[in-house]
Amino acid sequence: MAMSPAVTTAQPARWQDFVQLLKPRVMSLVVFTGLTGLVCAGRPVDPILAAVAILCIAVGAGGSAALNMWYDADIDIQMRRTRGRPVPAGRVQGADALALGVVLSLFSVMLMGMALNWLAAGLLAFTILFYAVVYTMWLKRLTAQNIVIGGLAGALPPVIGWAAAAGETPLNAWLLCAIIFMWTPPHFWSLALYTSDDYAKAKVPMMPNVAGAKSTRRQILIYSLLLVPLCVAPAFTGLGGKAYLAVSVLGGAGFLGLAWRLFRSRAGDAPGERKDGLYDVKLEARTARNLFAYSILYLTLLFATLLTEHLAGWAPLTS
Amino acid sequence: MSDPRQESDAAARARRGRNIAIALGLIVFVVLVFIVTVVRLGANVLDPRF
Repeated sequence: MAMSPAVTTAQPARWQDFVQLLKPRVMSLVVFTGLTGLVCAGRPVDPILAAVAILCIAVGAGGSAALNMWYDADIDIQMRRTRGRPVPAGRVQGADALALGVVLSLFSVMLMGMALNWLAAGLLAFTILFYAVVYTMWLKRLTAQNIVIGGLAGALPPVIGWAAAAGETPLNAWLLCAIIFMWTPPHFWSLALYTSDDYAKAKVPMMPNVAGAKSTRRQILIYSLLLVPLCVAPAFTGLGGKAYLAVSVLGGAGFLGLAWRLFRSRAGDAPGERKDGLYDVKLEARTARNLFAYSILYLTLLFATLLTEHLAGWAPLTS
Repeated sequence: MSDPRQESDAAARARRGRNIAIALGLIVFVVLVFIVTVVRLGANVLDPRF
């Protein structure tokens, strides 16, 4: 089993370095999808307890991110995108990142159980363990399917939010989970198509390095074809309304259009690096970058529309 | 030559910042547990079944 190297700190760690260990940007996405699940549950929850539930989801995500950064320091130091992270950069010792991750994970699960319910706490604990152990320590270095299976960790926050509010996880909660799960491969593989040299250097088996760019582009198209109907489905399961139907269909058409253009391109065939150390996004690779950026916009719009519809009390298309 | 046992000013400042952050984190956690207890107890007190 690979272990993170013993990194000596070159300069004293500041509290901002510990905040960076929590991957604040990922945390904000998790908070957003968790909040959507909590609101879509449609159960009255004390606002203070609802805020505590979201805080627990955010802190749990931060804890698992710190565990990821502790374990992956040996990989991170080899990639330009990640070598500036606190542990590989030598600003935080690996042991400190590990301690922070464990403490935050335990606190978040414990508080979720005490404040809301133990189903939500159990799902949160499962998510943290799945991301830190199953994805980070096992799948990431083992198989090109790493982000497909590991994507479950990123897909569970809406289910946790739903469970926190309702104490149960009906089909609609798992539908939100399935949308993020199916969204993850096209999202990450389009990124990997123009950063695959970095992953190859770190010996991380990402799909473009293992199966080649052509196969990756084909798989992105297949996942996109499965994703879009799944995104439209909540409009017919009593979850989404007219606005959601419009956003999911029109946005989905755009998603499929970009996935088709990527499929027809040669993106990822010849990754290059500029002399200034930045990625050279060639004309062909631009199609991959476009899908990567659009995938973030599409998912954000879907969840924002659901959130708006439920907060505004707009009726779903079917009951 | 500086004494290696002497902590530099930058290291001392960073350590102080970290300690304050840990203290604040613990205080926030204790306050949260207190608030959650009050909210949950309050809901039960208002419940006519109890």
